[in-house]
Amino acid sequence: MARAPLSPLDFRPAERGLQVDPILRPSLSYWEDTWRRLRGNRRATLALVVVIALLTASAVGPVVWTVDPSAQDLDQVSKLPWADRRARIVDGAGAADPSLPVARATGGSDPTGMDLRIVGEATTKSVVLEWNLSDLASGYRVYRHIDAIAGGEPLGLPLAEVPIAGPGRFIDRLNLQPHRYYYAVAALDAAGEEQAASTIIPADVVRVLSEQEAIARGFAASKIFPGAEVELPFHPLGTDALGRDMLARLIHGSRVSLFIGIAAPWFYVMIGVGLGSLAGLRGGAVDQLIMRFTDFVVALPFLLFMILFKIGFGIGPGESGILPMLVALVLLSWPGTTRLVRGQVLQIREEGYLEASRLLGAPTRHLLLHHLVPNVMGVVLVTLTFAIPSAIFTEAFLSFIGMGVVPPTPSWGSMCNDGTKTMLMHPHELVLPATLISLTVLAFNVLGDGLRDALDARLRSRE
Amino acid sequence: MKRLLQGVVTIWFIATSTFVAMHNVPGNPLLDEKAVSPEIRRNLEARYGLDRPVFPDQYLTYMRNILRGDFGISFTQRNRRVNDILREHFPVSAILGILAIVFAGFGGILFGSLTAVYRNRLPDVVIMVLVVVGISVPGFVFAALAQLGIVGLNEVLGWTVLPVAGWGTLRHLIIPSLVLGLGTMAFLTRLMRSSMLDVLGADYIRTARSKGLPPTRIFFRHQLANASLPVLTVLGPAIAAITTGGFVVELIFAIPGLGRYFVEAVQQLDYTVIMGTTVFYGTFLVVMVLVVDLAYALVDPRVRLE
Repeated sequence: MARAPLSPLDFRPAERGLQVDPILRPSLSYWEDTWRRLRGNRRATLALVVVIALLTASAVGPVVWTVDPSAQDLDQVSKLPWADRRARIVDGAGAADPSLPVARATGGSDPTGMDLRIVGEATTKSVVLEWNLSDLASGYRVYRHIDAIAGGEPLGLPLAEVPIAGPGRFIDRLNLQPHRYYYAVAALDAAGEEQAASTIIPADVVRVLSEQEAIARGFAASKIFPGAEVELPFHPLGTDALGRDMLARLIHGSRVSLFIGIAAPWFYVMIGVGLGSLAGLRGGAVDQLIMRFTDFVVALPFLLFMILFKIGFGIGPGESGILPMLVALVLLSWPGTTRLVRGQVLQIREEGYLEASRLLGAPTRHLLLHHLVPNVMGVVLVTLTFAIPSAIFTEAFLSFIGMGVVPPTPSWGSMCNDGTKTMLMHPHELVLPATLISLTVLAFNVLGDGLRDALDARLRSRE
Repeated sequence: MKRLLQGVVTIWFIATSTFVAMHNVPGNPLLDEKAVSPEIRRNLEARYGLDRPVFPDQYLTYMRNILRGDFGISFTQRNRRVNDILREHFPVSAILGILAIVFAGFGGILFGSLTAVYRNRLPDVVIMVLVVVGISVPGFVFAALAQLGIVGLNEVLGWTVLPVAGWGTLRHLIIPSLVLGLGTMAFLTRLMRSSMLDVLGADYIRTARSKGLPPTRIFFRHQLANASLPVLTVLGPAIAAITTGGFVVELIFAIPGLGRYFVEAVQQLDYTVIMGTTVFYGTFLVVMVLVVDLAYALVDPRVRLE
């Protein structure tokens, strides 16, 4: 193919402002690129949203939900949020009146002839039991059970022994909750052995408040008169075994857990960055010294020392025990980051771009700020994100075995510990804090994964 | 040799800091002797050497006793020596721990290689989701939930399939050791997956394949054996995690292991038991890490001990 001969016209400079296809995509900085990739990762974005939501909840929570986390609502103990909150006001001591209606066990004959009955209304103030005395018995033992009892099963909690001399009557005032209780009375022989038990009688206990109690609980005076019905305070997530508001405790607990979970890693990662870069940049004797010390601290059994530290610190009255835990965590956790940062610094020091920059005459300050710091930053950020769940874990573990925060300060770990004691009857007291710990740790873990992928494309390709 | 020296220094540090920490705690061993006159108190103090200065006299006595393997007498259980407590309850913890490690190791290698083989397919996705859950849920929550689960199971079936708590038969062991090993297993699965994927692209796998070796042989002899090596390296930290995890599991399942005694001693400030168990546990962990390192060098000839 013949080519047209070139003429000088072909060598004119291009006109300015000529419309050409743009060959540049908008320049992305390192962080913009990271952010873009992180947002592209749906799981990580979700985790980020969860983390932000948790942080916001623990920051704003106490302002929105102002209930005192250590205030006890003894009318509502271990209650679920949808439990009945009505209470009736009664006057005085609510003493039994012979004219009151009597409830007897329905169905089934009573071979013992004791004819166990409940006099008047069963309320949280008192349950009045009466039975016929028998000539053969030399005493009676009264039982209460919280579940229906089949024949042959234990009768439940022995409440009292009533001597034969008294009337066949017992008034139960022991920690009554609005619930259906099952009562039984067993006749005792002279040796104190049980002979025969009466039929079992159910009692539906109604929650009542005396007028004084209603005033003490702050109900409006106009509402307080015998027979009036009042609504007890609402607990959105129920109450714990001591009648404390779960939501308030969870919010305040989140402050403790998240504070330790974020503050401790922040401090020790900073220490790690400082010492690690010092060791990496200086090298020589300084490096040797720092690394020997690192090796030593790493070899210490971590949780054992956390516990020792907590004991040795000694917690005075009125302290929450958060500070000793924080200090111990920081003192024992810095070596990991130090090693990592030192390794990174040593590696980056040998990189070609640093050499190029140095040969172009860049001052040391420029090398540090523009090359070293941004490149180490990524790794540090990922370490920090992964350090948070492990710190939350540590706090929860220590609080769980009773070595963490001091009651009544709530933390998720100590709430779990309380919850395990009542988990068979009231699982919500364990499930709620446990879910929150798991959710938080999960969110930070997933976020850390996403961040690592976003910061380092090489790592992502291996996944 | 250097490592050995370092280990000894670490153990010494553990013993010393235990001593210092205990001396910072308020209270003293004679505090609950009722109505003691100052003279008797002085006599008692002299009897137990408490009138002498903490440093160096008491410290030296303490160190000498530790070197002879004598940890003293428990404060709260007066008739028991700490050595007896260690001897009696450590085997319980050890059995539980070994079972948990075995379970975690096998589970981790099995599930890890499954995920690598079925990479990005359903088994991989399912297992990896479970792994993330396993890493994120604290051990004590698993323990409590497992206990709830057993109660429910027994209730549904109407007879005691598995005991809820306690110690004695093999059936008591199953659930606690599963729970104890779960976190470590999740961690190992993750590690195993990435190391399997690494090995997958290695030259010797390609060589083995081109030699015409059967796939199962390649998988077991070449892939699995090489990929399992990194699992060994984290065995040291895993032992530590399972030891401390044992505290919680023993507490929840009412297992008479050393971990539970340690936690109880800490709560009751039973000084000698705390000191004894801490030094014991510390030594145990340091030795285990050393042993694991040695074993690693033995298995993998490429690794040379410095």
